[in-house]
Amino acid sequence: MTTPAPRSDDDGETGGALAGLAWALRRDLKLAFRTRSELAVQLLFYAIVVTLFPLATTPERTLLSTMGPGVLWVAALLASLLSLPRIFALDQADGTLEQMALSPWPLPAIVSGKILAHWLTTGLPVVVLAPLAALQYGLDGIAIGVLVAGLALGTPILSLLGAIGAALTLGVRGAGGLVALLVLPLYVPVLIFGAGAVDAVRAGIAVDANLSLLGAGLIVAALGSPFAAAAAVRIALD
Amino acid sequence: MATNWYHYASPVTFYPLAGRLAPWFAAIAALLAAAGLWIGFGLAPTDATQGEAYRIIYIHVPTAWMAMFVYLVMAFWSALALAFNTRLSAMMAQALAPTGALMAALALWTGAFWGRPTWGTYWAWDARMTSTLILLFLYLGVIALRSAIDDPRRADRACAVLTLVGAVNVPIIYFSVRWWNTLHQGASVSLTAAPKMASLMLSGMLVMSFAAWAWCIAAALWRVRAIILERERGSAWVATLPGMGRSAGVPGQGPKGLRSPPPSRCATRVSD
Repeated sequence: MTTPAPRSDDDGETGGALAGLAWALRRDLKLAFRTRSELAVQLLFYAIVVTLFPLATTPERTLLSTMGPGVLWVAALLASLLSLPRIFALDQADGTLEQMALSPWPLPAIVSGKILAHWLTTGLPVVVLAPLAALQYGLDGIAIGVLVAGLALGTPILSLLGAIGAALTLGVRGAGGLVALLVLPLYVPVLIFGAGAVDAVRAGIAVDANLSLLGAGLIVAALGSPFAAAAAVRIALD
Repeated sequence: MATNWYHYASPVTFYPLAGRLAPWFAAIAALLAAAGLWIGFGLAPTDATQGEAYRIIYIHVPTAWMAMFVYLVMAFWSALALAFNTRLSAMMAQALAPTGALMAALALWTGAFWGRPTWGTYWAWDARMTSTLILLFLYLGVIALRSAIDDPRRADRACAVLTLVGAVNVPIIYFSVRWWNTLHQGASVSLTAAPKMASLMLSGMLVMSFAAWAWCIAAALWRVRAIILERERGSAWVATLPGMGRSAGVPGQGPKGLRSPPPSRCATRVSD
């Protein structure tokens, strides 16, 4: 993979951190764009999981609209889980990750850029696709709006938390199943608040508490998890 | 004994200390458990609303408390392991994980058996039950990550990071589940609304809790001794231990040689 070596002439900590973030973001976006079919597969996975639930239960409209928000959120969780190896695994396989860890830019900044790119390429498409799936489940306009808002706040948290699990399981036996065991319990609050927001609007209760908690979770995760993920990357590279 | 705790930060010095302490804690656990069970099943009155079925709290509540508390202790040792890079701290965290998982599983199991006669169901999506289940998953995740990584030093630090991330999440998970629960079905099965407990019941439960504490400490100490032996079996001091015999201390077998079979005499102790 042709990756420009990070320039070391950046002066100042924040400048270096932002430059590292921007570089990693640009690089991962470019790589993702060149493997578009993989991204399409992940989006199709989301669509198929969403399709399976009515087939497994009932096409009855009232029941579907009751369980719709939960199904759409669980599918988003699984799609995020499926795409987690994209963040670090390939870079570790070809040695790029080691070069990143050696670069003068702070590793948490580079990891942040990679997480942001991961969300833009796997989380954001799910947010965009969700209204369509929500229509299949018979959700009304306001509920769809709340669902999209919740997904927009919640899917970045999934990428942030998932990056820790992905880094911890780098090069580990049975990493695919293990990362699910590590990450899914941590996803529980996101699922509850995200699906709870849609439930609240359908029940006629105010949704701002759920969305505020998701936003607070996003801030905490964005501040903390790049450091945890960077520490996990260093552990994996030792 | 001057209180130089760093003296015991090394596996070499901690191994005999753990060996001396563990039987004491086991004995305390046995005595307290006998006393607690006698109070709980012999002296404590029958509950007015739940009949005899309530008596499972003498197992259920102590295990549920320990399930949460052991995770905190594990997080404490993990933080020490990451901050000071001490091997023994990571070994303590490793030794506590199965104990904590067992406590969470027992709490869920006894809870199901308690729920059946009193609530009419083995399982309800009660906030505390659900968060205990997720806590069990967190324990199992730590254990699974540990067993998936061959290099014990890498496993130490990876598990420490995971434990700390989990420790930040445990309160969030608990409150989110509680929030979700109240939103969905109201507090139809609330234990907090139960009438005030008789003092004899409470004292039986407390005695059993101390028994559970002592048992967890004893089990963790015994397990950490096995872990120390397993990891340090290539070192000279293990070979000099009484009972290790001549077969221990294979030269050149560092801690990385975990996959190879342990020396014959210590095999029985490692498999503890």
